[in-house]
Amino acid sequence: MATVAPADAAYVPPAEVEEVDLYHPKSWLTKYVFCQDAKVIAIQYSITAVAIGMVGLVMSWLMRLQLGFPDSFSFIDESLYYQLITMHGMIMVIYLLTALFLGGFGNYLIPLMVGARDMVFPYVNMLSYWVYLGAVLVLIASFFVPGGPTGAGWTLYPPQAILQGTPGSGAGIVLMLVSLALFIVGFTMGGLNYVVTVLQARTRGMTLMRMPLTVWGIFVATILALLAFPALFVGAIMMTLDRVLGTSFFMPTIVELGEQLKYGGGSPLLFQHLFWFFGHPEVYIVALPGFGIVSDLLATHARRHIFGYRMMVWAIVAIGALSFVVWAHHMYVSGMNPYFGFFFATTTLIIAVPTAIKVYNWALTLWRGDIHLTLPMLFAIAFIVTFVNGGITGLFLGNVVVDVPLSDTMFVVAHFHMVMGVAPILVILGAVYHWYPLMTGRMLHEGMGQFHFWVTFIGAYSIYFPMHYLGFVGVPRRYYEIGVTEFIPDSAATLNANITVAALIVGFAQLVFLFNIVWSAYKGKKSERNPWKATTLEWQTPQMPPGHGNFGAELPVVYRWAYEYSLPGAKDDYIPQNVAPAEVAMAEPQQELPGGASQPAE
Amino acid sequence: MSILQQLTEKPWLDANDGVVELHRRRAFSLPTVTLGLRFLLAVLTVVFSLFFIAYADRLTFPDWHPLPEPWLLWLNTAILILSSFAMQKARTAVDRGQSEIVRFGMLAGGVLAFTFLAGQLLVWRQLVGLGYFAESNPANAYFYLVTALHGVHLLGGLVAWGRASAKLRHSTEVSEVHLSIELCAVYWHFLLVIWLALFALLLFT
Repeated sequence: MATVAPADAAYVPPAEVEEVDLYHPKSWLTKYVFCQDAKVIAIQYSITAVAIGMVGLVMSWLMRLQLGFPDSFSFIDESLYYQLITMHGMIMVIYLLTALFLGGFGNYLIPLMVGARDMVFPYVNMLSYWVYLGAVLVLIASFFVPGGPTGAGWTLYPPQAILQGTPGSGAGIVLMLVSLALFIVGFTMGGLNYVVTVLQARTRGMTLMRMPLTVWGIFVATILALLAFPALFVGAIMMTLDRVLGTSFFMPTIVELGEQLKYGGGSPLLFQHLFWFFGHPEVYIVALPGFGIVSDLLATHARRHIFGYRMMVWAIVAIGALSFVVWAHHMYVSGMNPYFGFFFATTTLIIAVPTAIKVYNWALTLWRGDIHLTLPMLFAIAFIVTFVNGGITGLFLGNVVVDVPLSDTMFVVAHFHMVMGVAPILVILGAVYHWYPLMTGRMLHEGMGQFHFWVTFIGAYSIYFPMHYLGFVGVPRRYYEIGVTEFIPDSAATLNANITVAALIVGFAQLVFLFNIVWSAYKGKKSERNPWKATTLEWQTPQMPPGHGNFGAELPVVYRWAYEYSLPGAKDDYIPQNVAPAEVAMAEPQQELPGGASQPAE
Repeated sequence: MSILQQLTEKPWLDANDGVVELHRRRAFSLPTVTLGLRFLLAVLTVVFSLFFIAYADRLTFPDWHPLPEPWLLWLNTAILILSSFAMQKARTAVDRGQSEIVRFGMLAGGVLAFTFLAGQLLVWRQLVGLGYFAESNPANAYFYLVTALHGVHLLGGLVAWGRASAKLRHSTEVSEVHLSIELCAVYWHFLLVIWLALFALLLFT
């Protein structure tokens, strides 16, 4: 270890953190509704996110029905189709994934994993949820206004987003932008909490490099979100003014329905820059917590320390930093200076390096591990495979010459659904199977879980693998129907129909999963303490599920990192972080191995 | 331990290396709220920078017709500087235990901030009276947008100021509200810097 204590430094007792006045709920209302306990807030966030996510799921069914069986569903017209595309994208990326990873898992796991009693600003944390709920309600309200929700595409590019002819260009787009602004305000409140809690409220002995990678992933993702969401906020406010007051921040001189509008001189490209300056880090806001969680799932269920822990931490930080200089690779077809494109193609390819480090380290963590094919492990392995798949097509698309012909085809849809749709969802599902016993004290039903995993995994591949081929033959994305097109073979229609069937089946499997969650909460098998024999602090709480204040009278003291699995010489194959060196149970003395190797080589 | 040392630790080596005894739990030796405010200021810096970049990008276009700068803006700037100065006075007086100066500084800082906001509204009225509407030229739109955003943030600061003042009224010892006053002062300075940058941008274009 590098100089922890300079030799000449006298021992200075560590400055104690003042005990936070832990807030104590007094009534039912402040215990379950207006609650400042991070665990309750986490569950509120998760339920809201999953509820709105189900709306997004149903929307994807409707889209798939239209694409797979055009002309069969008369209630899906062009406008509705565009509204479905837009709302599905927005809901899934922002209101489901971001909220679930940071608001849900962040709130539940950060205080427990770093050994804190709660977040550092519990009141602001509570406010964060209620503002988020407000944002979701405003979003839902946009379904019921005249003209319906906006159909501008999830990127909301001006000028078309606020012009007539785009569905929902009346109240729909305004409510969408207001909802986004609210979401960002709410998120900022929560985000400040997560960052400061990780930095300032760790328990004694929990140095930064002893934190589980889950915390690292959520921590860096939160910093990204704090710095990236302002761009969307700025864009949303300016577009709202364009729509409501008639300013021309983004609106060029333009003719609408044969009539010259009074807009003029605005720059639509400026919005694209603002949007993607948020939009690209957003990919990593969703990916980094996933990276962290999957690392912990792999280590725990393979009974092996994570390979290259420091490298994993640095890779998370490097990916976070690089994610701010790649945004214009989403704009290759918007028209830009070729040198500009060259720059962004280069940075895009560079970001593959730290990402590849992570993938190799996951594989090497499994290498010679004692792999238990539990449900969380299955999902974690499925994540690695899927992420590699989606990541590699990303390398194709990162090159300007490859991106230009493929940009408006189904190939892009397949790529981003693999890499930031299926992959993070697989992590979330794995994480739910892993931490459900902690949250409820009961195990999820294994049979339903196996059904859920295999249908989801194989089904997701039957949806998105063929989509790459559709893209290659030139099937455009965002099209309501392609009808008879010269260069697209008839087999594309058959493939589309198959994809739709797969999508319906995968969606159904998610309903089984939701049923499992509800059913197991009451009827599930009682879980033992620490059922996965994990080392991290959240499993070492005196009660399970953890009570108010997380840890009993005394906060735990951390003596080791989070990955002390299968330590040679120890009796158990795991040593929790809070077990002092003197208390480690040793195995019966064995015959000394020749060579006396005892420490795992690093 | 510096942050660099912390990040190059090898946590897998020895569990019994004295880390527990030496560990200070916090990454920064700051009060938690102070660190929270710093992160908030970082976020707000990004927000305002993005507006400034958009503004600077837009004003290079030929159809940009800059607004006149009413003399009232100079007065408002002076008021905001005074407000920040009063807050700073209150902040330094807390350390010396001069409770009269603290109370006066806080009161003056808040009242001057309200005066600034009223002054900004007057500027808006003058400009609208002269026919500079938000939708008539991008220069106007940016002016109204950024001044409004700055004003809203100052209003938010005044909410915190109100809470700190209430605490101050009920406190017997000014040192009890030390942290609240310090945070208010820092936030005031931050908004002053933002305003000065914005005002400079207006003057030089």
